[in-house]
Amino acid sequence: MKKIIFYIACLLPFTKGVAQETISPAAAQKETIALTNATIHVGNGQVISNGTVVLKDGKITEVSTTASTTGARVINCNGKHIYPGLILASSQLGLVEVNSVRATVDATEIGDMNPSIRSIVAYNTDSKVINTLRTNGILLANIIPSGGIISGSSSVVPLDAWNWEDAAYKTDVAIHFRMPSLLNRTRGARGGGAQPGQQVAADPVKRGLEQIENVKIFFREAKAYLAEPAHEQTNLKFEAVRNLFSKKQKLFIHCNLVKEMLIAVDFVKEFGFDVVLAGAVDSWQIADILKQHNMAVILNQLHSLPTMVDDDIDQPYKTPAILQKAGVLFTFTDDDVNSRYRNLSFNAGTAVAYGLTREEALTAITLNAATILGIADKTGTVETGKDANIIVCEGDIFEMRTNIINHAFIQGRYVDLDNKQKQLAEKYQKKYGIK
Amino acid sequence: MQKIKFLLMALIVTAGAGQRINAQETFPVNDVADPKNGSYAFTNAVIVKDAQTILQNATMVIRRGKIEMVGTNIAIPKDAVVIDCRGKYIYPAFIDMYSDYGMPAQERQQAAGGAAGFFRTQQINSNNKGAYGWNQAIKSETQAYKIFSADDSKAKALRDNGFGAVLTHQKDGIARGTGSFVTLANNADNFVLVKEKASAHYSFSRGNSAQSYPSSLMGSIALLRQTYLDAQWYKMAAPVTEGVNISLKYWNDNQALPQIFEANDKWNSLRADKIGDEFGVQYIIKAGGNEYQRIKEMAETKASFIVSLNFPAAMDVDDPNDLRFVGLDDLKHWELAPGNAAAFEKAGINFCLTTADLTNSSEFMANLRKAIEYGLSETKALDALTKAPASLLGVYDKIGSLDAGKIANFLITSGPVFADKTVILQNWTQGIKNAVKDENWYDLKGSYKFLANTVGGTKAFTLDLKDAGVAQFISRDTIAGKYSFDGKLIKLSYTEGRGPNAKETIMSGATSGNTISGRGTDAQGNAFNWTAGFDKMPVSKTDSARPKPPLVTGKVTYPFLSYGWEEMPKAENILVKNATVWTSENEGKLENTDVLIKNGKIAAIGKNLGDATARIIDGTGKHVTAGINYEHSHIAAASINEGGQSVTSEVRIADNINPDDINIYRQLSGGVTSSHILHGSANTIGGQTQLIKLRWGANDQDLKFAGADPFIKFALGENVKRSSSTQGNARFPDSRMGVDQVLMDAFQRASDYQTSRKTAEVNNRKKGSTPVTVRRDLELEALVEIMNKKRFITCHSYVQSEINAAMKVAEKFGFTVNTFTHILEGYKVADKMKTHGAAVSTFSDWWNYKMEVVDAIPYNAYIMQKVGLNVAINSDDAEMARRLNQEAAKIVKYGGINELDAWKMVTINPAKMLHVDAKVGSIKVGKDADLVIWSDNPLSIYAKAEKTMVDGIIYFDRDKDAAMRKLNQAEKARLVQKLAAAKRTAGPGGAAGMQRARPRLEVIHACGDHNHDHGLLTIDADELEENN
Repeated sequence: MKKIIFYIACLLPFTKGVAQETISPAAAQKETIALTNATIHVGNGQVISNGTVVLKDGKITEVSTTASTTGARVINCNGKHIYPGLILASSQLGLVEVNSVRATVDATEIGDMNPSIRSIVAYNTDSKVINTLRTNGILLANIIPSGGIISGSSSVVPLDAWNWEDAAYKTDVAIHFRMPSLLNRTRGARGGGAQPGQQVAADPVKRGLEQIENVKIFFREAKAYLAEPAHEQTNLKFEAVRNLFSKKQKLFIHCNLVKEMLIAVDFVKEFGFDVVLAGAVDSWQIADILKQHNMAVILNQLHSLPTMVDDDIDQPYKTPAILQKAGVLFTFTDDDVNSRYRNLSFNAGTAVAYGLTREEALTAITLNAATILGIADKTGTVETGKDANIIVCEGDIFEMRTNIINHAFIQGRYVDLDNKQKQLAEKYQKKYGIK
Repeated sequence: MQKIKFLLMALIVTAGAGQRINAQETFPVNDVADPKNGSYAFTNAVIVKDAQTILQNATMVIRRGKIEMVGTNIAIPKDAVVIDCRGKYIYPAFIDMYSDYGMPAQERQQAAGGAAGFFRTQQINSNNKGAYGWNQAIKSETQAYKIFSADDSKAKALRDNGFGAVLTHQKDGIARGTGSFVTLANNADNFVLVKEKASAHYSFSRGNSAQSYPSSLMGSIALLRQTYLDAQWYKMAAPVTEGVNISLKYWNDNQALPQIFEANDKWNSLRADKIGDEFGVQYIIKAGGNEYQRIKEMAETKASFIVSLNFPAAMDVDDPNDLRFVGLDDLKHWELAPGNAAAFEKAGINFCLTTADLTNSSEFMANLRKAIEYGLSETKALDALTKAPASLLGVYDKIGSLDAGKIANFLITSGPVFADKTVILQNWTQGIKNAVKDENWYDLKGSYKFLANTVGGTKAFTLDLKDAGVAQFISRDTIAGKYSFDGKLIKLSYTEGRGPNAKETIMSGATSGNTISGRGTDAQGNAFNWTAGFDKMPVSKTDSARPKPPLVTGKVTYPFLSYGWEEMPKAENILVKNATVWTSENEGKLENTDVLIKNGKIAAIGKNLGDATARIIDGTGKHVTAGINYEHSHIAAASINEGGQSVTSEVRIADNINPDDINIYRQLSGGVTSSHILHGSANTIGGQTQLIKLRWGANDQDLKFAGADPFIKFALGENVKRSSSTQGNARFPDSRMGVDQVLMDAFQRASDYQTSRKTAEVNNRKKGSTPVTVRRDLELEALVEIMNKKRFITCHSYVQSEINAAMKVAEKFGFTVNTFTHILEGYKVADKMKTHGAAVSTFSDWWNYKMEVVDAIPYNAYIMQKVGLNVAINSDDAEMARRLNQEAAKIVKYGGINELDAWKMVTINPAKMLHVDAKVGSIKVGKDADLVIWSDNPLSIYAKAEKTMVDGIIYFDRDKDAAMRKLNQAEKARLVQKLAAAKRTAGPGGAAGMQRARPRLEVIHACGDHNHDHGLLTIDADELEENN
């Protein structure tokens, strides 16, 4: 490993931090950079062998096998793979630092209906977790609030910034609706804001349906309110959902069961919202219906146990291929409290083992994620005109053994790939004299 | 009808609250004394004396609550009231051995802090005031006879179902004291108590005790074992160090009685029996209803069982989206549960039947008939309700058959007692009559000549009175009518015409001999008188009842779950040809190599092997490895954490292995073959662990890895000092300083214990010395084993200070910590662990989810390996455990170690730290054939385990898995169709009794300290228990 650090350090004479606290966000791109001789995975299914990517002023200016490198700093990527920076479509990065320590958690708010809550203002750019994700190829993340029924809005951040304002890549991309569970489960509540051990409603389905109806009433009232331009009293909760009605913003409905997803269709039909289903564990059962209503899907964690004892033991791994086949727009995120989002590309790799092609899996965690987050105009592929959000990888990014990120660029800025964990490793390698 | 007879009205004895056959001599009389001898003669009956003896046209005489004579040629005493029972049957009344009849109501204490859970507030001491034992759940001092009081409303419910006596006890606690044998007579408590102390009772449930210990099944087992030892010691030594301990005194007193254990589940039955075996006790086991799923094991206990007839209600499966969450096992159980009693009979196991667990005792007869339909013989059913319980309780000389001298507890029925249409007419208890369906004593059914003197003249019909209140008035046409009869008075009516113009004629009257007469009113309001004289019995139609369709049911599978086997797979000789073989030995990876498996072992490795007996598997392009050994697992156990105290070395995972865990199968699909099932991390010195092999379908004993060294789980840091407790912490320790002292104290006590035992032994060998008895302490014995290197520690730990401190304690007491597990800061003290001689088992890339892991790094395994430690990769997680190959691959990424070394971290390295490397962990001739055939390099994200074998038996096969899924689907569909048919059928079992589709929840255990989400249907073990 030491070898790798050494190799990176030699290859690129940019300043490298010596401690986590001095790993600085990178400076704006000054010189043109040409990444040459690489296998370029565009992110839209296309693969270019032996190609060159030119980055200038934070943008991708050329992607081809014949690009001119004149005037550019050339980084020879012979034998390496270029990918778009991976995108975590849903995470609590920067909101939750240490899950078990309440003071470090800024992810939930009191109350059921909090559309005006904004994650971006609490996003901690100095979270120690952030740098460990860059090292694994993740360059952008959507930061979502949780809790209650309407949790608030999420924003997309680049994983390299001095403060949250700098990190505002696209703000308030989605409002989050955590649909109460419609599982007839009278023991041990789960979902819908319920905590284990909490008293469960006698008829959880009935209660859930009532709560969902209240959300619809909220949107009906908001619609009426927003139709009138002038108000004696401003309602911040209604104001917060204005962009949903114009589709400038998406509605993420966090739900899992078929019945819940079928009810989610109402929010497309009645309100005309752009609906994304987050979680959607059972989406494989109604993929055609989701396609019919253009509902996108975010699978929270591919590396999951099957929902049911009776299920196909590999069902979670097989779900992406089913969605792909049905033409559903989907991505997956790596929602994991313990490994902290870093295994996104391995989630994708498992999906490849169970039916996706490599390029489809890549598209899922790059272009699809960008499309779902409404940032596909700026990022998600290695294409001319897009932001230079790019990674250079030692080999196949889906394989643990070759997922070694050599270089990463966010808007053309050359990102420091050091992190707290590497530094601790280095410290103790020194102690033990490990070469 | 049996013709109406002129019967002595004595039959309608006033059966009420006031009747007493015996007046108690010591009690003053507030009335005129009314002595009676209660002598009755029941004549002309079919008397079923016991399950084997039936007397036709027989007579029974009772007097003063006892049976005086039974036989066919009996001189009826002159002072006996004669009751003609022609056409009726007399049976011994039933006995229920598992009742809490007459026990005071229990108030459930809420645990301090409300809900159950890993972090709830602890109640360290017993709340029981008095000179009792230390644990509130040991209630051996409870004496049912002292708190018993007859409750006639409850007695009636039981009597109506044929019961005449019960064994009753207070169903609370792990030791529940004694039970009493009582009749259900409506009589003074003094008379219904037949045997004050008839039994002693036990369970695994601490009941109303809110004391923290025991908080797990294995804790309950340990508490029982320790209490047996303590009681023996208390009896032998009368120790001053204990003073008076009422609980132990009564425990000892209770031992001579029949010992009854409430297991309520097939595996719990085996667990209870095992405790009994250890202490020379053969429990009578209260079953739960699923024992048919492991009936062979039930028979092997040699126990008698008390079997409930509580069958799961049919689920309403009209909604496919709800059905999606209904478990195949729940559906199968619905179908097969009525066959439980029949399975016991077929297996030759002695058993009795109980109403316990029924939501309503009125379900009893219907369910019993169902059990008979499912193969239980009527003879056995009667035996199980009479002689069997009486014999088990040693009261068969008093009750349980209709023999002279026995208690006059008997039923008079309208026909053979278990036949569909039979009703219990009367249930006599201790010679006191209780009417059950007395109105059916007289049966009006038959054909009558009906005459009515109406204003229009005499109307004549042939009147047929039939079942279910149907009356037919027949002249030229047949007019439909109805009747009802209460034993004396009749209501009768008929309706002419239909719809709005229908005209109804109503009548009522009384029976007198063969004639019924009365008065009626027609549709115009004209009154008339009528009579109906009995003419003849109706002609019974032969074969009127449609024959019941033959019973078709699914099969029991092993385990009783989806993907279970109808027949266990068998060992094969297998030759895998031309594969890439990862030996996990010095040979490294061998290309184009064959592996021969014979008799469950690896027989040969090489090129161009041949064996005529072996099935050939083409390994071209495949990779063969040793099965994954998994150092830190929490699957396949009924409970994982005994957090009731900081030191619980007495508890054993082995006591509560749960073979019905789907995660065994799921993990086989990830190439895992051996799993070390650890106690959780709720306390510093946790429980003894159990290494298992993933022999999917095997029972709890056969899952165990035979001959493996015993281990124990320790834990340090946040979990054991309960940092995340939302309710505060009341249990020592509250800091890492305290954790250190818990260890110091435990081993100091263990060390002193060992010394005192040795000293006592030496002393007791000396002639003439006063023998010294040292109390056996299961907790300390396990620690002594550690100090003597007979038991080995795997220690959950994270930060460098605690790792260091634990090693110092171990070194002070002269042993080594075998394994530090999780050990995310291990890289900081790798050199020290190396010097100490510990092995390490770690996560690949977890971090930052709690304070003690903020410095965790994924390079941990790499650094520790470079320092020279034996490193394994674990997951502590049922999901990740099936991708341990991927977790090993991460160590190639984080550090760059070579692939062969990474692979060893999940095969031979953990085998070494578990001391089983002589048997498993690598591909070497002579080792167990625990092998995996992979589709690809096992470290590749694209690799799948295609076949996983344990001992040469293929337990997971990806092709078979696909076929099994189809079978599961077909079986579920069949059951759903059966349920749908049941719903279409009106009446019992039809729509009315159906329950809403119930999602099949799954318990997933972990250490208890992380929040890995396992989906919509997971439930914590304690939540499940709390709600039960």
